Amino acid sequence: MTLKKAIVDKAQQMYDTILKRKQPQLSTPLRSLSNVQYDPKVGYFELNNKFKERTLTASTVKTFAQTLRMMSLSKTLIDTDDIATKREAYYVSKNWGEARFVEQSESDTIMDDIEAMFMVNREQMGFIPEEKSGEVAGKLVVVDKDVETGKDLRIDCTKFGSGAYSVPNSVEQLKFETNADFILAVETAGMYQRLVKHKYWKNANCILISMGGVPTRACRRFIRRLSDKHNLPVYAFTDGDCYGFLNIYRTLKVGSGNAAHINKYFCVPNAKFIGVTPQDILDYRLPTHPLKDVDVKRIQDGLKNDPFVLHYKEWQDALKLQLKLRKRAEQQALAQWGLNYVISNYLPEKLADKKKWLP
Amino acid sequence: MSQPKAIELATKQREISVSDFFAKNRHLLGFDNKRKALLTTVKEAVDNALDACEEAEFLPEVSIELVEMSEDRFKIIIEDNGPGIVKAQIPKIFAKLLYGSKFFKLSQSRGQQGIGISASVMYGQLTTGKPAKITSRIDKTHPAHYYELHIDTNKNKPEILKDTTVEWEKDHGTKVEIDLEGTYLKGPQSVDEYLKQTAIVNPHVTLIYTNPKAEQLIFPRVSETTPARPREIKPHPYGIELGVLIRMLKFTQARTVQSFLTQEFSRIGPGTAKEMCQKAALLPDAKPQKVSREMAEKLMRGMQTTKVIAPPTDCISPIGSELLERGLKKEVNAEFYSACSRPPSVYRGNPFAIEAAIAYGGELPAEGHARLLRFANRVPLLYQQGACAITDSVQKTNWRQYHLQQSSNSIPQGPVVLIVHMASVWVPFTSESKEALAHYPEIKKEIRLAIQECGRNLARYLSKKRRVGAELKKRSFIEKYIPHVGIALKELLKLNEAEQVKVEKVLEELLEKHRGKLDKLDFDPSANPEYDEEFANIGKEDDTEESDS
Repeated sequence: MTLKKAIVDKAQQMYDTILKRKQPQLSTPLRSLSNVQYDPKVGYFELNNKFKERTLTASTVKTFAQTLRMMSLSKTLIDTDDIATKREAYYVSKNWGEARFVEQSESDTIMDDIEAMFMVNREQMGFIPEEKSGEVAGKLVVVDKDVETGKDLRIDCTKFGSGAYSVPNSVEQLKFETNADFILAVETAGMYQRLVKHKYWKNANCILISMGGVPTRACRRFIRRLSDKHNLPVYAFTDGDCYGFLNIYRTLKVGSGNAAHINKYFCVPNAKFIGVTPQDILDYRLPTHPLKDVDVKRIQDGLKNDPFVLHYKEWQDALKLQLKLRKRAEQQALAQWGLNYVISNYLPEKLADKKKWLP
Repeated sequence: MSQPKAIELATKQREISVSDFFAKNRHLLGFDNKRKALLTTVKEAVDNALDACEEAEFLPEVSIELVEMSEDRFKIIIEDNGPGIVKAQIPKIFAKLLYGSKFFKLSQSRGQQGIGISASVMYGQLTTGKPAKITSRIDKTHPAHYYELHIDTNKNKPEILKDTTVEWEKDHGTKVEIDLEGTYLKGPQSVDEYLKQTAIVNPHVTLIYTNPKAEQLIFPRVSETTPARPREIKPHPYGIELGVLIRMLKFTQARTVQSFLTQEFSRIGPGTAKEMCQKAALLPDAKPQKVSREMAEKLMRGMQTTKVIAPPTDCISPIGSELLERGLKKEVNAEFYSACSRPPSVYRGNPFAIEAAIAYGGELPAEGHARLLRFANRVPLLYQQGACAITDSVQKTNWRQYHLQQSSNSIPQGPVVLIVHMASVWVPFTSESKEALAHYPEIKKEIRLAIQECGRNLARYLSKKRRVGAELKKRSFIEKYIPHVGIALKELLKLNEAEQVKVEKVLEELLEKHRGKLDKLDFDPSANPEYDEEFANIGKEDDTEESDS
């Protein structure tokens, strides 16, 4: 069944319900960490079966109206083979009179609800994100299609000099050619720049990807497809703090609670975490910053509620160690042993020693 | 050898007459400044007129005229339809301080000390040198007497300048003319405001007021019945003071202490009297005049340690919550009113009753502090709000629980007018100028209970209003958003016009069905038939009046 048909069917069903003088309902999976489970055999956060039921009443009529209008917009985009960024969709609503959104966060939420309702990703509905997706350099040739001619375009990621190939919002059509040994996904643009500048990918024979914080869906999907197609291991290299562990790495590997309905496609279950681990703070005697209260809370919350953490003893130990140290370290802290210490020593040592990784 | 210093000093020591004392301490009587002097004089004369009418059970009609003679110089003419005053009493009542009928009896009345009107006469005399002119007639068969009076301030006794009879169109009544130095201003402490507030709590009174601009304002009575006449009661043993007791012992007609106690006091029977005498080690059949000061002191202790039931409270004549609310409705056009009349209670042996009324919202200004109107025995209290037990009780009440804003220990904020009235056989003022109630715990407790009841009613109204507001908002949601459901369904399902209209209509019925009927709580400025805009504007500052026109 196509998405378009699904949307129209849903509308028809509501219409029929109303004409039968019954109150229509909308049911969307509850999108939060409390409604996901983790099974390493599956590899990503799967939705449990908690649903958010919304009955059309005077209090919910606004949300219903906005949801239906958003569905209608999506259908129009599919019909006309067009796209709208999340921001554009928000501005389209400004034409809806009283039903318009005041903030983009409102339209984003409705969009996520519709996504979950139809179990599709927003790109299929014609909505694309605004944010930048990620940068790639190294031993990879991306095969894209020329928009005008439809001919194959070969993009060699070794030939961007000090620049990089940037991951497009939609990656399904891409093909890859590579003989690299692994993919290294890096949190910060600064660290990525250093690795590119010194052509780290050349000696290590790898593909470098800058995630720039929490990886976008497209970036995750890109890594996933690349890894699947060429059987490449994926190593994550982030700051040694809870944001790096629980937001960036966890989302890369198993997805998020909020987007649980699409984690299946947007996760990299075979990713491994090579650093910076709390143990590295001790092993490499890294300069640190004290944990803030919010950091402590976030870690405690993760230990208690994150199904991913709950599954891995290693992560629990690592987080507990960090709580004990009350310290966090950034990737750049390695510079205290020399600017290129990370290339000459840290990465080779870490990559060589599986025992020092985290799952 | 010089004589002892004391002898020299003794030549300067002499008696101070009460009149001299008050001439130098005019602020104690409410003559601190010219503006207040004008108000105090009007107030004293009107209070007396109303007391006299009510005592005679006539429906009061009082005319008040202010004539501006020259700058800061006024003639005040107050005329009533009361019982009049017998000829012999006229000079003493108007030209002798501390002469009156109300001081010695315990009965709810406006005046209580016998100072007020004579002090006004004296003030007029001090500032203008002119005599007070009194006309009074007791009935058709008697002539109307006319006096021109000065007060001999040394001897505190009347000095009669003129004594004659005149033609008068009235069968009975009294007319007072006093010339004095004063300032006429509008605003919250003005003659206008005083008369207006008097009309609010005295619905049985007609006031005819001619202001210095020669504009006549009439406050017609809205009730044709005189308030139940307050009964005079004997003092209660718990409220007595030693000096008063000694004086009463001296002048009583009773032959024994026991009969003195049963005759001169409330709630003492022979048994109780015996018990008191026993406690004081006094023979019940001792002669009252023979009781010494020491014995009187023991007797008083005996009286106060013996269990005596509370004084009768039917001597109190409250306004009643219904009339109080009507009075308030006349003054303010609000959306909500509530009034409460507490059952009588007792402080220091004196019965009293507290009444309160509250108005909320409507045309009242939403910003700023609530307006507090204070009354004692139906007399508005315009000065010294800060020193009054009423103000204190209002401030110490937690208004936030009644959904009003309030910074700690202050008058609440918001579109609120609050009336508090104390009726008592003896109103405890903080000073002779009778502007603020003294802080007796029993009184403050009753005030608190009265305003709390009003507050609870207000809170009920406000939560209902809030609920209805939320409900209305939801209902407006139905109207606002159903068309969008229609549009979206039309776009998605390619509905035609008729189908779209139909689905919207069905949906609307569907959603409305689930919501019950709604009370109408919108403020309707014309819903209050009692409200009198002209009345409400009386006494307001001139500039606000101009901005209205």
